[in-house]
Order: sequence, then C-alpha cells, then structure tokens
Amino acid sequence: MSTLAQKVSRTVRDPHFRLAAVDMAGTSLGIAAWGLVTGVAMVKSGMSVSLALFMSLVVYAGSAQLAVIPLLTVGAPLWVIWLTASCVNLRFVIFSSMWRSYFAHRPLRERLAIGYFSGDVIYVAFMKRFPEPRPQPEQMPYFWGAATTNWIAWQVPSIAGILLANAVPLSWGLGFAGVLALLGVLLSLLFDRATWLATGVAATAAVAAFALPLKLNILVAIAAAVAVGLMIEAVDRRRKNRHPEMLLVPANSVMPPEERQHMKDGDVVPLREERHP
Amino acid sequence: MNGHWIETTIAILGLAIITVVSRAFFMIPERELPLPDWLKRGLKYAPLAALTAVIAPEILMTQGELLDTFKDARLPAVLLASAYYFWKRGILGTIVVGMVVYLPLHIGWGW
Repeated sequence: MSTLAQKVSRTVRDPHFRLAAVDMAGTSLGIAAWGLVTGVAMVKSGMSVSLALFMSLVVYAGSAQLAVIPLLTVGAPLWVIWLTASCVNLRFVIFSSMWRSYFAHRPLRERLAIGYFSGDVIYVAFMKRFPEPRPQPEQMPYFWGAATTNWIAWQVPSIAGILLANAVPLSWGLGFAGVLALLGVLLSLLFDRATWLATGVAATAAVAAFALPLKLNILVAIAAAVAVGLMIEAVDRRRKNRHPEMLLVPANSVMPPEERQHMKDGDVVPLREERHP
Repeated sequence: MNGHWIETTIAILGLAIITVVSRAFFMIPERELPLPDWLKRGLKYAPLAALTAVIAPEILMTQGELLDTFKDARLPAVLLASAYYFWKRGILGTIVVGMVVYLPLHIGWGW
C-alpha cells in the first residue's frame, strides 16, 4: 500500500502532471457543463438521487449515460441497454488502439485503469503533447494529470446537477437538456449523404417500431441504419480492398474540403472529438 | 424506475464494465491485434444509429404516439438548436439555445 502511495505522490509532484492540468484547463469548462446536464437529466428521468450518484461515479461516460437514461426509465431489458451503450462507446475502441502504442508495456491492471479514465479530451491533449507513438517516462504523470483534471471537471458538476435537480419540479422538463446534448453529438457525426440517410432511417425505424415490446425498436433502428449506411457505401464506391484510415476531426470545426474528398472516396473514416468523457 | 432498483444497479454495473472494456479494448490483449476494417466502417454508423434511435422517440412522440400537433415545445427547440449547431458547430451552445426556446414555451405556454 505504501508503494502505491509513494507512486501516487511521485506522479502528482512530477511537472508533467501539472502541465497536463494546464493543457486541460481550456476544455474543462465544456466538460463541466456536460457533467451538469447529465446529472440533471439523470434525476429528472425519475432516477433516485442515490442511484444517480452511483451511476455518475461508477459509469463515468457522458453520452452513454444520457443515451441509456430513457431506456432505464421504462425498464428496458439489460441487453438492449448494454448494446446501446456499447454502440455509443465504439469510438473509444478506436482510441484504445492508439493508447496501446504508449502503454502496452505496462501491467494489465494499469492498462485497465488507463482505459477507464481516458476520455475524448484526454486523448486529444495527449496526442498533441506526444505525437510520436512510443513510450516515454513522462507520459504516465502527464496522463494522470489530464485524467485527474477531467475526472474532477466532470464529477463535481455532475454531482451538483444531481443534487440541484432534485429541488426543481419535474414538470419544468429540465431532462430535455439531456436530449439536446445527444442531439448536438448526433449532428456532429453527420458528415455526408450516407450518414444523413442512415440517421433518417434510424429515426423512422425507431418511431415506427415503437410499439415493439422490450424497447426492441432501438435494436431495429440500429440494425436498419447500419445496413443502409454500409449499402450506400458499397453502391457509392467500388471498394477494392481499401483499408480506410481514421481521421480525428476536432470538436467545433468543419472538416477541411480535401479531407471531405478523401472521406467521399472511402479512404478515411472521420471520427469526431467529443468534449465529454 | 421505482421498485426495480436492483435491476438498475445491475444495469449500472454492466455499464461500468462497458466503459472499461471499450476504452481499454485494444490494450487488453498481450499481443497486438490489427484494427479490423469492419470496425472502422461500423464506427461511422453504429454510434449515430444508437443516438438517433434513442432521441427520435424522445423528440417526436408523446405517450407512445407520434405527435399530432405542432404546439409542442420540443419541435421549435430542436429546430433552432440544430440551426445553431450548423451555424457555430458548438454542442454547448446547441444545448443552451434549445433550452432557451424550450423552457418558456413549456412552462409559460404549457406546450
């Protein structure tokens, strides 16, 4: 235990720990607002304060939390809830392959901890600081500095939102802020005709199949939209064993025209940065 | 949600595992795995499909029925919030604009 304490104190005193906190300061405000909205939305969906606190502290994933709130409210089956969250979290699977080149040599328990605490914003700050994908000793204190900043910037407003929302009447409809937050993320993922069409199909299917039991309309909508998206791609471009590259598009920006062309040609798959865990 | 708090707790614990597994996914195996192309392509559609599936009924339906009136605060809120997004590309402002339209209509007019 003392070795862990020593490790923590050495990490915290490292100048890179503070450097990361400074790098993260700019985006912390956005994260805080997201945390607040998520906290409010959880309680306004009818979740008890204790469960909402538990969810915020344990799940620690902004858009996944917001997405499953309506499903939890109506008592959807666990696998539908988990499938929905997994789809929303898919971008992290891509990020994890980038993290690997920096942290593959660390023990498994540390790698899992790094995974749990790594959000979009940390990823962006880290890649800016260490563009070369090879391990360096200062990366650990830097990562934990960024992760700590992100965790505080998220959890404090989220908990505040949970406690404050409890004092506001349900009839005000503050939970709608959560829907608007997801709307913003969704719009940022619409890059081209295929993504717009897939969204239209998903919306139609989700509403049309709403009467299905067990919230299966979610599943129908996901399956239909993915199928339509892949079909459009297959028709649009005759792919000949192309291996698309990943392109990280910064939040709050439009994709540059030449990258847009690469995307249309199927050479890159855009991945939008999101300013929340 | 009242009553089935045990199920909710199980759901939350599962969600925590999903957080760890998705964010650590390619760091978990000892040997490096190549990033499969289906994942890159699926990435383009699966998240937006899941988000749309969740929010479309939240915006367009009421008591399990499609809205039969335009006098619903959610519609102007979503339209103006979307317009703001495509103008400024900021998600935070999108939430703020949406709520600024929604709250007066909903609380004041009862839409």
